[in-house]
Amino acid sequence: MPRSQKIALGVMAAFFLLAPLVVYPVFLMKAMCFALFACAFNLLIGFGGLLSFGHAMFLGTAGYAAAYAAKAWGFPPEFAILFATACAALLGLATGLIAIRRQGIYFAMTTLALAQMIYFYYLQAHWTGGEDGIQAVPRGTLLGFLDLSNVWAMYGTVFVIFMAGFLLIYRVIYSPFGQVLKAIRENEPRALSLGYDVNRYKLLAYLLSATLAGLAGATKAIVFQLASLTDVHWSMSGEVVLMTLLGGLGTVFGPVVGAFIIITMENYLAQLGAWVTVTQGIIFVICVLTFRRGVIGEIGNYLKKPL
Amino acid sequence: MTEIFGVPTQALFGQLLIGLINGSFYALLSLGLAVIFGLLNIINFTHGAQYMLGAFGAYLLTSKLGLGYWWSLLLVPPIVGATGIVIERLMLRQLYKLDHLYGLLLTFGLALIIQGVFRNEYGTSGLPYSMPEQLAGGRNLGFMFLPNYRAWVIVASLVVCLGTWFMIEKTKLGSYLRAATENPALVQAFGINVPRMITLTYGFGVALAAFAGVMAAPIYQVSPQMGADLIIVVFAVVVIGGMGSILGSILTGFGLGVIEGLTKVFYPEASNTVIFVIMAIVLMIKPAGLFGAQK
Repeated sequence: MPRSQKIALGVMAAFFLLAPLVVYPVFLMKAMCFALFACAFNLLIGFGGLLSFGHAMFLGTAGYAAAYAAKAWGFPPEFAILFATACAALLGLATGLIAIRRQGIYFAMTTLALAQMIYFYYLQAHWTGGEDGIQAVPRGTLLGFLDLSNVWAMYGTVFVIFMAGFLLIYRVIYSPFGQVLKAIRENEPRALSLGYDVNRYKLLAYLLSATLAGLAGATKAIVFQLASLTDVHWSMSGEVVLMTLLGGLGTVFGPVVGAFIIITMENYLAQLGAWVTVTQGIIFVICVLTFRRGVIGEIGNYLKKPL
Repeated sequence: MTEIFGVPTQALFGQLLIGLINGSFYALLSLGLAVIFGLLNIINFTHGAQYMLGAFGAYLLTSKLGLGYWWSLLLVPPIVGATGIVIERLMLRQLYKLDHLYGLLLTFGLALIIQGVFRNEYGTSGLPYSMPEQLAGGRNLGFMFLPNYRAWVIVASLVVCLGTWFMIEKTKLGSYLRAATENPALVQAFGINVPRMITLTYGFGVALAAFAGVMAAPIYQVSPQMGADLIIVVFAVVVIGGMGSILGSILTGFGLGVIEGLTKVFYPEASNTVIFVIMAIVLMIKPAGLFGAQK
């Protein structure tokens, strides 16, 4: 790990450890869930060059699965989260096999359409509670001794999950697998001609991304004790694209910063209704036209260091 | 009452008609997307919002200026098309040298802005728009009742779709367009102003969306979100058809509308998802789409 990234990692960990002393912890837990979600998404677009416009389906599916397992089956939180993450992985495998058959723009449209199909399923299915979602999900007792209704126990758990997910993604990016993925992004025919089974690499990246997005969704459902249609809707898929774009596509820390900015903005603009959407749209337009490196990308470029 | 496969014919033909109506809009919208994609190489995510602008254009012209449906049908598409030209000149133009995905992201952002502004102004509930008197009422065909306006929508969109096909495939202007799609640098070298052609093509595609919006106004209620969910279905239609062929997008649009309508009769639970399921199956069997060529 280069020194610049070590420092950034230290700053990020210290921030999330110390911030709850001054900032509302539930807000920070939300930010961490979305940061993990955006990092998982970034693994696919930033390092594999695949723009998924349907990532909400993994966030939402894992949310519903975790909420249902914890509430209806009485799973303890660790098993509910594991089970939900596995569900997201399974969905990732099924949709990935279909989506990776097309590239570029078609890949984006295909994932969007598949996610919409999943959305309609959750809208109609009985076990998801339709418009109400699954409410009052018990947080339960982690590993049999840590009562998660205590906000600090919950905060610590989310922090550990977030850091573990983040470090796993970091490890993947700089592994030989991650390097091959980058090669495919840069020049797919050449990677193919060098003997790499391009589709298998893409599928594996998609699967990993889906699984980690699921982990974020499951954790979010346990924290907020709620799984709802918002998390499966296409606007959520757009939001994660925005977070990653704003923070910096293909940077390690960008999605975390992007998620934090967007969540903060939504928190303050929440009373203004549809202006949140308008603001998101404006940020999209500005980022694409003039700010394509994103916040962290620009800082990294200025410092000439990878971040 | 007669029945087919245990379904009353009235219900069957009724849903078939709704399917054809939906299919008209799928065809018009996917046609616009295909025309834009052919030359600009971007997927116009704003298409749904521009369709909504068409419907709102008709609503505003009628409620503020007292101009009726026919004036709207004539005026709104060029007006909305002109806003498209402004967007192309100011923003899209800067992205042609970049990865195509940036075009998708930019137009997605624009769609959020347009839909958000209208939601602030008009809320989420739909506004009614009455159909023109000349097309009120309907006729009894013996096996079903056919409202005049619905027949008009199907006929008009067929005419516009086929007209577009004729213009692109059979006229000199269309041959320039197809040539520029194949090799813009070479066409430019022959002295044809390709950037202007690109601008006009985008304007035309947007005008098609607005035209669909005006036609939709009397059938569906005019609401800020009317294009948002529709555009996702149209994306699936485009993936199924492949964007290589104009006639292909028209056929796929109408065909899928009918299939969706029939699903409503025989298995209503799946009517929302049937197009997405077909998309998945087509991708498994023929990844390039029914009429597409793998690039």
